[in-house]
Amino acid sequence: MLDSLYQLVSIQTLAWLIVAFPLAGAAVNALIAVGTAKREMGAYRGVVSFFGVFLPLLAFAASAAIFVTMTNFEGVDPSFITGSLLQWAVTPGLVVDIGLKIDQLSIVMALMVTGVGTLIHLYSVGYMGHDEGYARYFAELNLFLFFMLVLVLADNLILMFVGWEGVGLCSYLLIGFWFEDKAKARAGTKAFVVNRIGDGFFLAGLFLVYAVMASANAPVGSGYFNFEMMSRYNAYFVPAATLISLLLFGGAIGKSAQIPLYVWLPDAMAGPTPVSALIHAATMVTAGVYMVVRLNFIFALSPFALSVVATVGAATALFAATMGLTQTDIKKILAYSTISQLGYMFMAAGVGAFSAAIGHLVTHAFFKALLFLCAGSVIHAMSGEQDIRNMGSLRLRMPVTCWTFVIAALAIAGVAPASGFFSKDAILWQTFERGQYGLWAVGFIAAGLTAFYIFRAVGMVFFGESNIPPEKWKRVHESPTSMIIPLIILAFLSLLGGVIEVPKILGGSDRLGAWLSRLIAYETAHAPDPSMAAREIIVMVITLLWSIHFVVLGWVIYAQRREWPDAVAKKISIIFRLVANKYYVDEIYDRLIVRPLNWVSTKVLWQTLDDTFIDGLAVHGTARAVGVWANIVSMAETGVLQQYLLYFLIGAVVIVGYLAL
Amino acid sequence: MIITVHHYLVLSILLFTIGAIGVVTRRNALIIFMSIELMLNAVNIAFLAFARWNLLIEGKMIVLFVLAVAAAEAAVGLGIVISIYRNRQTVYVDEMRLLKG
Repeated sequence: MLDSLYQLVSIQTLAWLIVAFPLAGAAVNALIAVGTAKREMGAYRGVVSFFGVFLPLLAFAASAAIFVTMTNFEGVDPSFITGSLLQWAVTPGLVVDIGLKIDQLSIVMALMVTGVGTLIHLYSVGYMGHDEGYARYFAELNLFLFFMLVLVLADNLILMFVGWEGVGLCSYLLIGFWFEDKAKARAGTKAFVVNRIGDGFFLAGLFLVYAVMASANAPVGSGYFNFEMMSRYNAYFVPAATLISLLLFGGAIGKSAQIPLYVWLPDAMAGPTPVSALIHAATMVTAGVYMVVRLNFIFALSPFALSVVATVGAATALFAATMGLTQTDIKKILAYSTISQLGYMFMAAGVGAFSAAIGHLVTHAFFKALLFLCAGSVIHAMSGEQDIRNMGSLRLRMPVTCWTFVIAALAIAGVAPASGFFSKDAILWQTFERGQYGLWAVGFIAAGLTAFYIFRAVGMVFFGESNIPPEKWKRVHESPTSMIIPLIILAFLSLLGGVIEVPKILGGSDRLGAWLSRLIAYETAHAPDPSMAAREIIVMVITLLWSIHFVVLGWVIYAQRREWPDAVAKKISIIFRLVANKYYVDEIYDRLIVRPLNWVSTKVLWQTLDDTFIDGLAVHGTARAVGVWANIVSMAETGVLQQYLLYFLIGAVVIVGYLAL
Repeated sequence: MIITVHHYLVLSILLFTIGAIGVVTRRNALIIFMSIELMLNAVNIAFLAFARWNLLIEGKMIVLFVLAVAAAEAAVGLGIVISIYRNRQTVYVDEMRLLKG
């Protein structure tokens, strides 16, 4: 079947099609959105649904075809590049091509992005069905998919940055999708501005990469930022590796919401829930992890940079998990959970376990997307209610949503055999194995907290007594089929997605690690020690029991004994208030950064510099000076002809006198 | 006393200066006009003196031109003065200051 496909299109064209399909969808839907802006959508709603879901599905099919083809290669490296579609920038000192690179890493990402993306598009048909901005929503969601695919498939760092900024733009547009609500529009702006801070570092990193490649006398024509070229000139990066790695990681901190720039992600929950699932859980926020793994050959040169990555990741994992404990908004719980899980991924990358980071990235995409979609289903059924204290017992009314949520919760809690167990265990074990016991302990504690806060949500939303008023309870219903299907598919993926990296110790073969091994030289250099097998089993079992213990604890307390946590909260009210207010980080940022900046902008830059100096002195001052002088000079213009003649005469005498003498 | 070219030139300068002062100081447009004629004829004297001194014909030619132009100018200028008088009932130039800035 694939053979007959390749008689029609070459594999390079197929790679371009992955990117082109979502772009086409965005174009069609944008045209419909503009065309029906002031009118009832009517029959166009069906057209939007069709293109909005079908084109991402085609992109997924193209990715799958390429992936299957690549797995058929044995022994040889199946990665390929498409070559440049066109040369974007051609100068004597810099050439940037627009080209794609399909290798083991990028095809896995493309499969994940298009697969989860298609499911979430399908889900959106039901979730956003009644919204007036239906076509605009799908145009922006398809555009996001396009930019995300550019980001993961780009063959050079500049094109990757284009995708990086593009997904940031779509994130901004979709967070502020209901922009009539000022708070939601501000949340979008906050996300955008905080991301710009990280992107500033990223850009500085790009400039340094350029400086290194230029000093290495690399051939300009093939592109300084091409990943192939960069890895070929790897040795020249040694002197600047720490600085470049840290600057690029600064970009990742912004995009992937790590300490200290994580503050935008909880606010980003203002967007529609499928957007939170796709952009702020499964795909865009993992771009930072992808970038670190993609450039692992630079990061591996600097042990210091790697330890910074690991430390920031571990700190974020723990810090965000504690904040997840006290949240009462179901989407905010999941947002802090996402930040925490991203911290795990960076911790893995930081200790050099790059394939474990990608493994967790993929399984996290499955179960976190599922958690968000279930949350969306609940919010949909409760007509907009997001506070878990006002829910309870919903399993009776929405069984599918309930049990898929439980599966995803088991996966994120790391209970075997769900996918999260394998990916989280891979991270914790590889951290332990490499002797990073401190980081391992932090990850271990965070794993327990994760299990606890997610089953707190399960207990309060789906079990225990219902806190829903009876007249509302009657209207609560299971979601439509187009929303249920993605839930079920993702539940299977969350349950079984772990097969990609069953460790050798459990009779698996760590397929993901083997698949990515060509790309990750650093990891293969640290080959695991076979004598550690017994320890691996022990650590694994301890982690599993630790997680299960918190799963049961969280579920029992919040489904059966809801008065306990309140009593505990009263006893430790200072700590509780500190955590419930998210450690006052937003307030501290507000006092330390936002308000001083506002003050400087208003008082100094605007009212002093702009109003007084530029406007007052420079612009109006010039006009006033001209006016004053014009008045003085025009006094000579009396209109008396004979005065003019006198001036003329005096002038003539002076000139003639000067010439004569 | 032998009358030389210098005497003619001094006469010319004196007449020219008197004419210029008249143009600048007098208010009546007709008198300004006469002063201009005086200046023109001062120049004519200078031309004739130089023509005689250098034995050249060009100076005399130019004098004829100046006389012709002065006649034409007198016709046009007097027409303008009459026209102004009809419109404004005055020929005093200091009462006409429309070009004031």
